[in-house]
Amino acid sequence: MVSTVTALGTRLTAAHAAAAAVRDPELPMLTLADLGVLRDVRLDADGGVTAVLTPTYTGCPALAEMRADLVAALHDAGFAEARVETQLSPAWSTDDITAAGRRKLAEAGIAPPGAAPRRAPGPVPLTLGATRVADVHCPRCGSADTEETSRFGATACKALRRCRACREPFEQVKEI
Amino acid sequence: MSSDDDHVYLSLAEGHADDARWAFGTGFEDPLHGVDTTLPEGVDAAELTALCLALADDALVAAQRLAQWITLAPELEEEVALANIGLDLLGQARLLYARAGQAEGAGRDEDALAYFRDPAEFRNVILAELPNGDFAHSMVKLLLLSSWRLAQLTRLAEHPDPVLAAVARKGVSELTYHRDHAAQWTVRLGDGTEESARRMDAALAELWPYRSELYAAAAETQDEVEAVLAQVLDTARLAAPAATPVSMGRGREGQHTEHLAELLAELQSVARADPEATW
Repeated sequence: MVSTVTALGTRLTAAHAAAAAVRDPELPMLTLADLGVLRDVRLDADGGVTAVLTPTYTGCPALAEMRADLVAALHDAGFAEARVETQLSPAWSTDDITAAGRRKLAEAGIAPPGAAPRRAPGPVPLTLGATRVADVHCPRCGSADTEETSRFGATACKALRRCRACREPFEQVKEI
Repeated sequence: MSSDDDHVYLSLAEGHADDARWAFGTGFEDPLHGVDTTLPEGVDAAELTALCLALADDALVAAQRLAQWITLAPELEEEVALANIGLDLLGQARLLYARAGQAEGAGRDEDALAYFRDPAEFRNVILAELPNGDFAHSMVKLLLLSSWRLAQLTRLAEHPDPVLAAVARKGVSELTYHRDHAAQWTVRLGDGTEESARRMDAALAELWPYRSELYAAAAETQDEVEAVLAQVLDTARLAAPAATPVSMGRGREGQHTEHLAELLAELQSVARADPEATW
């Protein structure tokens, strides 16, 4: 009995490690665990394994890719029966990106997000003018003197910014 | 970019040699794959179907109009922005179509609903299908539609159907960006040059009356949306057009302008040419 429990624990650890190490297709410096989209990995009664994934943006085309990569990684780790479930609620937030993920983003020249806006229940207040994001540091020179050039970037999750100190443009994972 | 960074991206191509999944978009499957889709007790299936379908049609048609700006926007960043906003809406449409299909229970999936219905079966509001005019016209349209959709989704986040509620809750964060974007352009153009203000006035004059259909479809949003619009116009130094009685659009009843037929002909042509194709 004890050995069975231990074996199951080892299998779960192996499944979790394989799933957690899958890279994000659009931000490949991050694993799915770094990004905070891997909600759960569990062993099923039929001997298979199920990974639970949450989407970043509703329309993110990377989700299908993540799902396929997860199944492939679990197969490679010896789990012939691998499934992926989608969890919509609670919605993903950039606050779910881990500390390691934030460090890896910065090292790759992408400014990590600040704290996501906390919304009170009821109507969402309107933001006019550039008051929303403050204190984004340039990932290249570290200066806090940066400005937003566009709130929308090459992928749904990124905004475009420019450093006024070193003049370099850079991307930032925008708060959501 | 250093060679180390290059390597990070190159690593993505590894292990893909024996299958053709690398291009995004191949082999789309049910966007609600693996979500618990049981219909909760007390939720009327027909009502849920109609609601999801209307919200999905608004999003799909608006997304198609936004995508038509690609290669035509005044600057590259704006093109990327409009494409991103369209992509968010398209993502919402996919989930809502899938949910509508499940609630309907007639075996129609998202593709059947998006590609194989005729114009008279679409339930989008007229404002969403109007052709893109100049950039001012599209920004006024985006301001009206996104303010209204945000107000709707804020309320639907509490809907008893957990799937619709989850889609709405996520959509609130996305729509907040869309509305802010349109509002900032409205201020920039309205309070800009004589020419930009003139174009905003013209766009407002044309599009303002279409609000009546929005409020007929979701009366509970009216006060909130009107307050937002008043705040934006005031900051932009623009005046709301004087109230003019107009015949209200009936897109929710399937009565559309000829513009929707043109839009759908383009959107649906590939799927209808080869219904068995996957991409």
